[in-house]
Order: sequence, then structure tokens, then C-alpha cells
Amino acid sequence: MKKDAIGDPLNRVDGRLKVTGRATYSGEYKVPGLTYAVLVPATITSGTIIAVDTKAAQNAPGVLAVITPFNAIKVPGYQPDVAKPIKGLKLFNDNIVYFNGQPIALVVADTFERATYAASLVKATYQKQPFETNFHKNLDKGVTPQNGNYKDYVRGQVNAYKTAPVIVEQEYIQPSEMHNPMELHVTTAFWDGDDKVTLYTKSQGVVGSQKAIATAFNLDPKNVQINSRFVGGAFGSSLRTWPHEVAAVQAAKMVKRPVKLTLTREQMFTLVGYRPYTIQKIGLGATQDGKLIGITHESHSQSAIYEEFTENSVNVSRFLYNSQNANTLYKVVPLNVGVPAPMRGPGEATGSFALESALDELSYMLKLDPIELRLRNYADTDLERNLPWSSKYLKECYRQGAERIGWDKRSSTPGTNRDGEWLVGYGIGCGAFGAYRARTVAKIKLTPDGNINIQSAASDIGPGTATAMVLIAADTLGLPADKITFELGNSAFPPAPTQGGSATVSSVGSAVHDACIALKQKLNTLAGKAPDSNEQIDYAGILQQHSLPMLELTQESKSNDNAQKYSMYSFSSHFAQVYVHPLTGVVKVKKIVAVVDAGKIVNHKTASSQMIGGAVGGIGMAMTEEAIFDDRFGRYVNGNFADYHVPVNADIPQIEAIFIDKADPIINPVGTKGIGEISLIGVAAAIANAVYNATGKRVRELPITPDKLI
Amino acid sequence: MNQFQYTRPAETGTAIKALTKDAEAHFLAGGTNLIDLMKMGIVVPHKLVDINHLPLKQIQKTQLGLRIGALATNTEVAESAWVKEGFPLLSLAINAGASPQLRNMATVGGNMMQRTRCPYFFDTTMPCNKRVPGSGCGALAGINRMHAIFGASDKCIAVNPSDMNVALTALDAMVHITGPKGLRTIKFADFHRLPGEYPELDNTLQKDELITGIDIPASPFTKNVYYLKIRDRTSYAFALVSVAAALHIEGNTIKDVRLAMGGVAHKPWRLATAEAFLKGKPVSEDSFKQAAQIAMQGAKAYEYNQFKLKLAPNAIIQSLKMASGLAS
Ligand SMILES: Cc1cc2nc3c(=O)[nH]c(=O)nc-3n(C[C@H](O)[C@H](O)[C@H](O)COP(=O)(O)OP(=O)(O)OC[C@H]3O[C@@H](n4cnc5c(N)ncnc54)[C@H](O)[C@@H]3O)c2cc1C
Repeated sequence: MKKDAIGDPLNRVDGRLKVTGRATYSGEYKVPGLTYAVLVPATITSGTIIAVDTKAAQNAPGVLAVITPFNAIKVPGYQPDVAKPIKGLKLFNDNIVYFNGQPIALVVADTFERATYAASLVKATYQKQPFETNFHKNLDKGVTPQNGNYKDYVRGQVNAYKTAPVIVEQEYIQPSEMHNPMELHVTTAFWDGDDKVTLYTKSQGVVGSQKAIATAFNLDPKNVQINSRFVGGAFGSSLRTWPHEVAAVQAAKMVKRPVKLTLTREQMFTLVGYRPYTIQKIGLGATQDGKLIGITHESHSQSAIYEEFTENSVNVSRFLYNSQNANTLYKVVPLNVGVPAPMRGPGEATGSFALESALDELSYMLKLDPIELRLRNYADTDLERNLPWSSKYLKECYRQGAERIGWDKRSSTPGTNRDGEWLVGYGIGCGAFGAYRARTVAKIKLTPDGNINIQSAASDIGPGTATAMVLIAADTLGLPADKITFELGNSAFPPAPTQGGSATVSSVGSAVHDACIALKQKLNTLAGKAPDSNEQIDYAGILQQHSLPMLELTQESKSNDNAQKYSMYSFSSHFAQVYVHPLTGVVKVKKIVAVVDAGKIVNHKTASSQMIGGAVGGIGMAMTEEAIFDDRFGRYVNGNFADYHVPVNADIPQIEAIFIDKADPIINPVGTKGIGEISLIGVAAAIANAVYNATGKRVRELPITPDKLI
Repeated sequence: MNQFQYTRPAETGTAIKALTKDAEAHFLAGGTNLIDLMKMGIVVPHKLVDINHLPLKQIQKTQLGLRIGALATNTEVAESAWVKEGFPLLSLAINAGASPQLRNMATVGGNMMQRTRCPYFFDTTMPCNKRVPGSGCGALAGINRMHAIFGASDKCIAVNPSDMNVALTALDAMVHITGPKGLRTIKFADFHRLPGEYPELDNTLQKDELITGIDIPASPFTKNVYYLKIRDRTSYAFALVSVAAALHIEGNTIKDVRLAMGGVAHKPWRLATAEAFLKGKPVSEDSFKQAAQIAMQGAKAYEYNQFKLKLAPNAIIQSLKMASGLAS
């Protein structure tokens, strides 16, 4: 019997379904009696809705309801008298407009086209109020977040960098960047009586969605069924349950029929979050021989006036390098904008662009190779938490990456390496992202044919979760992969955490591993062997011998106290080679090498794909993506797929993913640390640093468009 | 849905008649621009006159050069052996635009008629004199990164977004037009107009006229040509600045030259004074630099498109270097 093992490049178990169009996404379920809902966005940026004229819309063909703040049924969880009112925007609960594009009405009709047309007939009258969307103008309104995790941090002396002989003090700008997954956000909702509801919705966590909907409608979570089996990309935009999802459930209650609400691409720019506009100041101070004396990292980040959003943009500066002095400050600037959301590499991607750019600047001031500078400041322990690393192979990442990109061909003098008319440059950017593990429960079932089915309410937004789980199970059970199925994306399954923070393989993988071990122990015992015997198990045979119709067990898995004694991170170093045309400012990213210490790699094929996807996201962040406001109107001028530039194939070079692939001995039984976020963190800095190496021009405001280089 | 009539005439005469009767009737060709505008509520037609069944698809060799029907698709034109051989600049320009899928649908007539991509034109909640005359120009004091540096007015600073148009302007094409009053033929360079006081008018085509085709005169510009398009991503983005450059070189002397720019004006921008300067000059970076300087006379930038004052001349130099073989 062929045994599939952890690390094998197993093809995606759902690959065939996906490429043949048979994978059913949330917007594709054929529910009898389905109706279609279309949102009507506000065209003012701040104020109150005086009235909504819905007459024409209501009289339009096929219209079932026009829901506004003036006629919507109350969502119980939105009311101030409940124990824990839902945070954030409460759609149709009151008449306040906080940002342009905020929905003011929802039209439900028998077809999508009719709903779209009727939505165009809805006319609101407003009382306008002054508003602020300009980040720079409102910097002084920055506040320390209410969320206590974002207090100022000081190790040693504040601003110690200023006392150093060599100083870098610079400001870096990350503009607002949109998740823009290919699949639009869509929710299909239908009620069964007054106390049971089912949703097909784009979700990164069906358990979280279940809780949110149950809270909103004051239901027993058991009576809320969430399905999200396939997700066409999310990048963080489906980590939470959005107000429009609640509105779909509310509408289904009002029209007493199933409702499908799909956002338009334009609405995706205002209603499902984004990487927030952030200005960062970095101060680095070093000795002449390149030892860091102090790091200061201050960040101001865009947030919404109706809900605070925070992320870890400054944290990386506390632990990535060996500086006795470090201090960070993080403030949010509330504006009349939709609330941001975590976006792939949340916080750290923004933070590492600033830190890794500044470090590059320092290396040129010191006339020191950027890798050598990093080696001289290598952190052997986590100085922030004063703990040893659970595992760290960042030096090995530097070494392998430098070799694969051809670092020896890098000129240490910017603007001197040419290939014909083109200037050639090389850059490095590093990153770290916390390696997490959360409580997960998995149910494993052995059937008489010797097949294994495992269920857990995990998600797969694209990385190939089920494939990784099947491999872990195959390896642990000593069975071929095709004997095993893994089911996810259903809130009725045993609970799993939301797919975010790169923790799925660590969390769910551990539960799968532990469930497999528990099953083996049970079978070994039945067979009269020692529970932990490693002899090959005759799965079908044991069931038969004991006349068992099947064997099923549920296993919980969570991290142990040991984990508290270590600092756990994935580490990456990204390398870029770029060509820059000096006359036209055109940049060609020629090659990206991404080397990652993410513990044990479960599936080299899907993991490589995930690394490549992250690098593509990083290229977008570095080179093309920027959502631009016209602050006179509070509206985006490029809020669509033609004018907001997601990178296209022609922007993407050869991308090489390299794994250190050494199991972390602490975090979990398989030794995995997670790669989803780390695949993007550091890419933008690597490219910006390569552009500097090519041209001598330092771009501190992303994206690096041609106008910035001529 | 907005109700509209739909007709699909088989003859040019019927198509024109169908349009004349109704002020809000529009020809429908590939639909890649018109349907988008309808979805956004920018165009609300009473009637669509689908012209795809008119016999205007041919690409033919003529005594003077090449005749291309208004309904030939962008792909058909770009891939035509005659075009590639005799007018490679046109092929290059078309292929620099949009995406293969769009080019498969888009037609020559539709491409000529496509509306500006100015975000204030596209967003019906914002002011735009082109969309709603008298409502003001949102771009003038707004985000005008993509906007004009030549020939704008205080009513409109939008640019013509087409790549094809830049090459056709450079190649001295002629436009054949049929209307209720019969046929007329005008220079391609006179087809589009500057905004002046009437930015709602992109071109000189009358409401009930149909473009039937274009003629491109045979020319010596078959070898030393280049279309340089500088944009915010490598493909599928409109030009920040583009240059169509065609040189006729003998020995090391520029015998003749054509230069036009895109992304800089309300119409494809022919660089006549730079052309005049280059004629008879040696092929050299120095000549190109001087020509670029001449071409930029009269340029005026706004808050966010200052960079074009430098990018445009650089692009002219680079396109000439590429066309002449000084660079590759
Ligand atoms: C996302 C996107 C990106 C794009 N990128 C580029 C780019 O980079 N470069 C570029 O050049 N273009 C680009 N385009 C535009 C594309 O080239 C145009 O949409 C296309 O050329 C229009 O041709 P059509 O046949 O589809 O016109 P239609 O949409 O059918 O018609 C457009 C207009 O022309 C009129 N019309 C059509 N034919 C005639 C005729 N024979 N006589 C009179 N009037 C007529 C119609 O009434 C209508 O008003 C892009 C488009 C999109 C959607």
C-alpha cells in the first residue's frame, strides 16, 4: 500500500471540482423561491438621512421589499439594551451616515436585474454634515486605541537611536489597499420558522459567523446553520460577519423568502475592509560597525469614526533585531470612511515595509551589505518577551535566498549595475508573523470499507486546507490519501477557529493529528496490541472482527503550557531582482525568491502555491495597488477593477519558494508554524530596496509607479 | 431594467434612419464601452441600433493603401497580415490596449468613439461638464493624475483613452462617415476635438452619422516604428503617456517622421512641430532630445500630473530610440 506522507506534493483533493466548475460557492446554491437583494449606497459622506423615497422602487416590476432605516424590523443584537450589543455599523438601525457608500436601503426583488434597476430608483434626502477623509490633514486627531493591546511600548530608553553615531530617521507611507478577492462577497439566507436560519455565506470562519448571526437575532447558535464550503479568496475580508450579511438575514425575515445578497465590485471597496492608510516613522541608530543602539517605530493608521480598527504594524520592530533599546507608538486616526479589516500579513506587512526599508537605508550609510547588517543584529532570543524562540532559522533563510537570487551579482553602489538600458538592482526584506494555535475539535470516522472521514468546522479560503489535513491524517494513520476525506466549512461540524493568522494547519492539523492518534490507540487496543504500537493497522479488518458498523470519535486539541515558555514566530526573507528603465521609470520585477522558516511543511505543492500567491500580493502592494480618495467628496476615484490596479500576469515574474522545512519542536505535534501571512510580509520592502539598489532612488511611499522614478 | 428598443438593421441606410428618429438612440458595436456606460447610468438609451450585421467588417488593400471597415474588430486589425506588414505601428498600438478579450469584441468605430476614463465622468454623483454640461469639472481641482497637459480648457481636462487612435493619427488616416446628408470623408486628426467650451462633444461626428471605415495611406513607415505605452501596470491599464513613433530613415538621416501622443490631451496629440524639426536630422539621441523639448512647448500640468511634464518628453525620446534602433 502506498503511504502518503507529510511533505508530499499531494494534488488538491478538491482540485478537480474547482477546475471543472463543480465546486459550489456561496452565491451558487439553488434555493427554491430565492429572491435577490441589492444595496443602495449613500452618496453623502456624513450626515443623517431625512427621508428615503422608495415609491418608484416599490412600484417597479418584481420588487418585494425596499428596506430602509424607516421600515426595517429591528435586529435584536443591535439594540442598546442587550447584554453585548454588536459592535460596528448597524445597518438600517438608525439614520446616521458615517461614510460615503454606506448602504441606506436594500431592495429585494424576484430577479437580480429587477432588484438592481429598482435600487437605482431609490432617492434619499439628507441633512449633510462636515466630514473628514484626508489622512494627512487629520494626523493630529490620532488617538491611542481603546484596545489595550496597543499601548506605547518602551524597552530601555525612549528614542535611544538619536544618541547613536549613525542615524536613519524616515517616514514611510502605505496607502489604503483593497483585498479584492475574485469572488464577490455573497450571502444567501433563509429562515425555517422564527427561530432557525441557514446561511450560505463567504466566510473565513463558520463558527464565528454562527455566533455573530445568533447574537444579532437572539437565537440559539445551534439553530444557526452556516455553510461556507468553498471560498474564492478572502485575504482577511471575511474574518468577521459584516453588516450586509446581517441585513440579508433581516431581509429574508421581512420578505419571508430566501434572500441572496451579492456585493458589486464597487461595493467591495467600501463595505468589506481594506489595509488601512498608514504613515510610519522609523528611527534607527547604530554604531559605526552596524550594531543597533535603538529602534523607534511610530505608526498612524486610518480607522473609522464608528468603529476602531487596530493592527500590529509596529510590533515587528520590538523583536526582529537585537536592539537593547526599542520603543513603539501606535495611533489610529478616525475618519469618515468604512472600517478597515485585517489584510494578508495584517499590520506586519505594513510595518516590515517601513522597518526593512529603514534598515536598508542604514546599510548604505554604513557601507555594509544589508544581509551582513541583519546578521550583526540577529536576535538570538525574543527581547520583547524575554523568551527563547521555539525555533528560528532566519540565518538559513538569508543564506539560501542570497544564493538563489544571485546576491553576489549585486553592486553595493546604487545605479551602477546595468543590463543594456536597464538598471539592475537586488533587495532583501524580512518578516515575522506570530505562530498561533487555537483550540480545535475534530471528529474522525472509520467505515467498514476502511475509509476515513474527518470533520471540523474549519475553512479553506484557498490554501488547500482539506488537502493538508488529508496528508496529516494519511501520514499519521499510515494510509493512502485517497482513503481519507476531510470536510470543512459547516458550522454543524465540531468547532474550529476562524481561518486567519496563519493558524489553520497548526490548529486544525493538530486536532486531525490527535484524532488519528486516538483512533489508532482505540484500534490497537481492540486488536489486543499496545495502544501506541506502530505496527500497520488493518483498519477494515478490526471493524469486521468486532462486528462494528463503524468507529467514530471526537478529539479536542489545544496548545499546552509549554508554549507559554517560548516565543513562536514564522520567519521569512524575501529577495527581489528588479530592472528599472531610467528614462521612463518603468520597473520590471524580474525575480522573487521567498525563503521561509515556517516549521514543518505539510504539502510542498500547495505550500509553494501559497507562497507564490503571497508574493503576488506583495508585488501588488509594492507596485500597483492604491485606493485613492477625492477628499472633497469622500469618495474613491478608482473604486473599480479597471482603475484600481491589481497586478496582472504580465507584472508577475518567476517566483521561487524555498522552505527551511524544519519542524518546530514546541508549537504542535506536527511542528508547523504557518505560511499564509509570512508569504507577503517583507516582499514590498525587498522590491523597494531592489529599486533603490538599481537606481539610487528611495521610494518611501507605495506603490512604486513610474512617476516616482523619473 | 431601463426599457429600450433594440433593432438590428442589415443595411447602412436603415441603421442611420433608425438613429435619426430618436435623440437617445445609440449604435451598438462591440458594446465594451457602451454597455458599461449603460450599467453606470451614464448613458440611458431609448434605443440601441445594433450595427454588427452591417457589411463593414472588411480589411481591404486599396490603391492608396488600406481600407478598414468600422466593424473590423481590434484583434482582426492588429493580427491582419497586411496591417502587420504595411502599418505595424497600428498593430503595436492596438495590442497595447485593453485585454485580448476586450480586443476580440471592440471594433474600430467603437474604439474611435470610446468615452474618456476620467473618474469624474464615470461617477454620476460627481460633477462633470462632459456628462452634465454646466455641472463643473471635478478633475480640475481633483485627482487629475491621468489628465491632460495639452489643449485642455477650464471646462474639461479629460484625455482620450484610446491607443489605436494615437497610431491612426500618426499614420494620417482618413475617416469615412455616412449620414442623412450622404457621405463625407475627413482627416482622422480632425475627427476628435479639444474640449473648449463644449466638452460634452468628444468629436465632430454628428448625432445621426455612422463611421463606415477608415483609409490609411501607404507609407514608408514599415520598419522603424514603435508604440511606447507607459502605465501603472504592465498590461490592462490606460496610458499615463503613450507615444506612436514612425521613422523613415535613409543612411543615418531621418527622411520622414510621424509622432503622436496619447494620454496627454482630449484628442490624440500629433507632434507636428517636433516632426518638422526632425526631418533631415541625423538619427541621434541629441536630435530626439531636442524634438522632445519642442514637442512639450505649451504643456501645462495640474496638481497631480506634474510628472507628465517629464515623463512625456522622456517617452518621446525613448520611443524614437526604440523606433530607430538606438535602443532595443
Ligand atoms: C477595462 C477596460 C480596459 C480598457 N483598456 C483600454 C486600453 O488600454 N486602451 C484602449 O485603447 N482602450 C481600452 N479599452 C476600451 C476599448 O478599447 C473600447 O471599449 C472599445 O474599443 C470600444 O469598442 P466597441 O466596439 O466595443 O464600442 P461600443 O461600446 O459598441 O460603442 C462605443 C461607442 O461608439 C459608438 N459607435 C460604435 N460604432 C460606431 C460606428 N461605426 N459609428 C458611429 N458610432 C459608433 C457607440 O454608439 C458607442 O457610443 C478598455 C476597456 C475596458 C472596459
